[in-house]
Amino acid sequence: MKLAFRRDLVCQQVVELVTDYLEGALRGSARRRFEKHLAGCPHCTEYLAQIRETIRLAGRVTPDDLNPQMREDLTDLYRRWRNEG
Amino acid sequence: MESDAELLRRLRAGDEQAFVALVERYNGSMLRLALSFVPSRAVAEEVVQDTWLAVLRGLAAFEGRSSLRTWIFTILVNRARTTGTREQRSIPVADAGPVVDASRFGQGGAWSAPPDHWIEEAEDRLDAGKLAGLLRTAMDDLPARQREVVLLRDVEGMSSADVCSVLAISEANQRVLLHRGRGKLRQALETRLGNGNGGSR
Repeated sequence: MKLAFRRDLVCQQVVELVTDYLEGALRGSARRRFEKHLAGCPHCTEYLAQIRETIRLAGRVTPDDLNPQMREDLTDLYRRWRNEG
Repeated sequence: MESDAELLRRLRAGDEQAFVALVERYNGSMLRLALSFVPSRAVAEEVVQDTWLAVLRGLAAFEGRSSLRTWIFTILVNRARTTGTREQRSIPVADAGPVVDASRFGQGGAWSAPPDHWIEEAEDRLDAGKLAGLLRTAMDDLPARQREVVLLRDVEGMSSADVCSVLAISEANQRVLLHRGRGKLRQALETRLGNGNGGSR
């Protein structure tokens, strides 16, 4: 999102900047304006905390366990490859 | 957990158990990612098997300029793209909508329906399995390109640089996709766990 004006950010802009902020892509005055808004806005502070919690919970989603058929297929594949010479 | 570098060393020494360990580690994520590109689970499984064979055949030449994981996922994505039909269509970078529905802000852009609280409640109200199930469903509902970025960044835990390399997208593009994807996952959690003031409209 382009920050065309120097005036304070509003909530609707702040939520669109959250990922840039977390990714370290907001710098200088843009970052200061973002942090200034957060300091005075409990709702956007909550929103940012929820995004962080979402990331944390997503990190605990484990991929499905390997099913026995696929394990067998892949073990076969390994042995065929070993015999390719 | 044994490092990828150690598994690579054992793999090169011809240790079948090292291969099985690597498969245990990455096969699930690979399958999920492949499914984002191809039309069916059967095709996704084929793509993943082809990838493992390519990994084995490429081991001798693998120079370690990227991590083993990044290398494997890059092979996977290239194969899935070749196999899938999705890339033949023109895909917009991201859906254009805002990350939070515009109806939740007043005219001046301040929250009118602020986020429901759910962080503290989440783990009390749903056990870990149900929370993971909820997130999986929400991820399955994401547009494919957002899902790919979320899977690699947030589930698999890759760095943004590695994700950009695996998916061959720019940092800026990756951020937009991640932003939309994470926003929708947050909304799914709020809708399920919040007190109903905000997210469910």
